[in-house]
Amino acid sequence: MKTAVVTFPGSNCDRDIWVALRDVSGKEPVKVWHGDAELPDGLDFIALPGGFSYGDYLRSGSMAANSPIMRSVVAAAERGVPVLGVCNGFQVLTEARLLPGALMRNSNQHFICRTVPLTVENNQSLFTSAYEAGETIHIPVAHHDGNYFADAETLDRLEGEGRVAFRYAEAVNGSQRDIAGVLNKAGNVLGMMPHPERAIEAAHGGSDGRRLFESVIGSLVGA
Amino acid sequence: MKVRIHVSLKPGVLDPQGRAVHHALDGLGFEGVQDVRIGRLIEMEVADTTTDAALDDMCQKLLANMVIENYRIEKVA
Repeated sequence: MKTAVVTFPGSNCDRDIWVALRDVSGKEPVKVWHGDAELPDGLDFIALPGGFSYGDYLRSGSMAANSPIMRSVVAAAERGVPVLGVCNGFQVLTEARLLPGALMRNSNQHFICRTVPLTVENNQSLFTSAYEAGETIHIPVAHHDGNYFADAETLDRLEGEGRVAFRYAEAVNGSQRDIAGVLNKAGNVLGMMPHPERAIEAAHGGSDGRRLFESVIGSLVGA
Repeated sequence: MKVRIHVSLKPGVLDPQGRAVHHALDGLGFEGVQDVRIGRLIEMEVADTTTDAALDDMCQKLLANMVIENYRIEKVA
């Protein structure tokens, strides 16, 4: 099994997600730089971390979505390689059009940094199989632009196809239909604003995020 | 050639920044402000040979996010 974490200039959760993947998989993920032309061969999983890539210039995630490595990430996602984008990583995935919708400024204008309750909407995905459907979990958020927007038709389609992975269980940032995490149509790309890598052991104040990594790593065992 | 790209939020997309600024204008005592929406102005210097199609492409690929924004291209000189 071979996993990778992509670092952009301004990423700041890359080490956290690297540690989460190492602890759960028992293997050190490969570190990939945004300017690399190609991903290493034979990757089984790619993580795009949180942070403020390129200082959030233009729009959050927009510059990173056009950085050299992203062509390779998009190609891998289209081949079916699992890709997880957390926070800024989610913004990058929407800007790269691997996921629908956009992440706008929080409705209350504030940077929100606290642990929030989430409802697991879909536990049939690669990333959520270790959770119970409808379960409430607690995961930290830390973002300014987490207000998920898509038109009503897109939202209906996402809900109808089971592509809402997580919903906020209370009002957090103004997201349409309280959406906290969405899957692509094929189910191998997940973007979410909450940070599962910040909740993988008791010392973090909770370990509800660990099962996300266990789900995806579990699906790769033997790979 | 100088080109201005006006990027604005699509109608129907909530603009929390615009709402906060509207509230602040009310607070300063300005009356009759009915709506405030905040966009972005991008000024570019491009070769005179740059085609309209190329400008559209720039807007759609990077300068605007077509999920939430519209753009208008203004050629200044």
